[in-house]
Amino acid sequence: MSIEVTQAPMAATPAPAHGADLVTPVVRHRFRGNPWRRPVFLEGFTWLYLAWSLIPIAIAVVFSFNNGKSVSTWQGFSTRWYWGSHSESVFQNPIFRGAIQQTVKLGISVTILTLIIGVAFGIGIHRWRSKTSIGFNFVMVFSYVVPELIFATALFFVFTQLFTGISLGTAAEILGLITWNISWPAIIVMARLNAIGPSYEEAAADLGCTRFQAIRRVLLPMLMPAIFASAVLIFATTIDDFVIVDLLSSNAATQPMSVLIYSSTHGGQSGPQLNALATIMLVMSLVAATVGLLGYRWITRGERGANREDALTTIAGM
Amino acid sequence: MSLSATEIAQAPKNRTEPAGRTRLTAGWALVALPGMLWLVFLFLVPLYAVLSVAGGHLNAVLSTPEPTWNPLQWEMTNYIDVYHLFVGPTAFVGPILLRTMIYVVIAAAISMAVAFPAAYFVARFAGRRKVLFLGLLIAPFWISFMMRMLSWIDLLQTNGYVNRVLMAVHLTSQPFDWLGGKSVTVILGLVYGYIPYLILVLYAGLDRIDQRLLEAGRDLGLSRFETFRKVTWPMARPAVITGLLITALPMIGDYFTNQMLSGSVSTSMIGNVVDAQLRTPSLQAQGAALAVCLLVVLLPAIAFYVWHAKRSGEMVL
Repeated sequence: MSIEVTQAPMAATPAPAHGADLVTPVVRHRFRGNPWRRPVFLEGFTWLYLAWSLIPIAIAVVFSFNNGKSVSTWQGFSTRWYWGSHSESVFQNPIFRGAIQQTVKLGISVTILTLIIGVAFGIGIHRWRSKTSIGFNFVMVFSYVVPELIFATALFFVFTQLFTGISLGTAAEILGLITWNISWPAIIVMARLNAIGPSYEEAAADLGCTRFQAIRRVLLPMLMPAIFASAVLIFATTIDDFVIVDLLSSNAATQPMSVLIYSSTHGGQSGPQLNALATIMLVMSLVAATVGLLGYRWITRGERGANREDALTTIAGM
Repeated sequence: MSLSATEIAQAPKNRTEPAGRTRLTAGWALVALPGMLWLVFLFLVPLYAVLSVAGGHLNAVLSTPEPTWNPLQWEMTNYIDVYHLFVGPTAFVGPILLRTMIYVVIAAAISMAVAFPAAYFVARFAGRRKVLFLGLLIAPFWISFMMRMLSWIDLLQTNGYVNRVLMAVHLTSQPFDWLGGKSVTVILGLVYGYIPYLILVLYAGLDRIDQRLLEAGRDLGLSRFETFRKVTWPMARPAVITGLLITALPMIGDYFTNQMLSGSVSTSMIGNVVDAQLRTPSLQAQGAALAVCLLVVLLPAIAFYVWHAKRSGEMVL
């Protein structure tokens, strides 16, 4: 059909133009010829995105080792912002050290408590089918999707106006963070229970297990990957959390690292000791991620469909 | 979780109940009880506390909020105050709300324009390097939000790398004051802050599309673009909608990005208003009323997100 279209002007135009006219469709045809060619543009774009998202972080880490007060001019290598001076180094200055300790304290206690309450809640609600359980499932999902600022505002008022025995500070932070994180283990455990189905427990019962034995020896081992993945997620979201701890911390002594970085940077203020603090946070998260990834691979070894991609996405809560 | 979508679909719909189930209902309720009590006392009661503070009034002597715990006696005073923040001679929050909407729409649009091609490439073309790309895409998820903002504070200093590069290529003759209350800085901060979450949702959605359907489309004579428009796009749409909501909702309540990268009232967002009110005892009750209004306005979007995520199998309820 395209030949018919191009032939009409061909007769009227001189020879050179006629030749040029013929080249165009041929080239376009070759261009469309290989449908599985490498998408060079898309790949370049993806690399650009990755550079934009990761290089700033790398620069910030580098400047935490700067031998000077600048965060934009390199003045030589030094670890002075980590260790060496009582007033400047994050491991020695009491305010910075207190923030690091607060973050670790919150991360560990919230992870353990949330895991116990959340996993039990997930199993119980999943197996107990009633109007009440459906209602509580709904409440749990609502706590998962409610905007964090509104959630933190609610907690702020409950601790300042109603549960006045628990004043703002570490206890309020822990209670708030557990509530914010409870939906992680619950949702992940329920998804896993759905995937497992009832047949394994029935088989265990057929083979003479009691209810309790079936849960302890069959169900819990099968839930281990889900429990482990949620532990890593809870720990990571807790040490990164900002809004809840910002509203529930009472003074400098109960501020974790995220709040300290925020309150020291208002309006573009900065300094290498903040970079050092942020680098410590980064190391903590990356250690958690690595432990999570390796641990998850180890727990799911030999499982059908277990691979590195699955481990990566599960640990990120996808 | 990646196993949820496919495996749930395979799980039997009408599961056969194990014998003796009814007797054990109380047992399962007992297992769930700590979590249920927790949610009642530390989620539902706090929500009720906000309503009570918002429906209460101000202590005339101490100038602190005095909550009204009986719902029948809730007053409208604080809500009327909030109304006057938007309408009338003292309506300074109206323009802030408009600004928040503009920032969020622009930031969400930029995020989508950047995240979709990258997620599409990794899900569809990364091949054997998929794990590498996926690891790099997920990396920002593990880097604290505060550190990501801090790294841009460093780069955007007057003598920072961004200005130095711009001057080196003669795009500007003198350094640009990025951190002095500029909308462009705040919008780029929002994009940088929330794009990792969007990209993960988009990747999960695009990765789920069966490649054989695309091959079938090409075999049947569709061009690349037509295959994308007629096959990929309709199947990716749920992930796009979920991703937009998961990015835009937190952006609306964000007050820290703005505070760190600008700190100026000229770029204030609605989150900054709530934050400032909570920090002033005499304005706390008004802040509670504003938070309630915000929740009511956002509730349809939240409900739609849950309904949509459930329907497209991204969340199991």
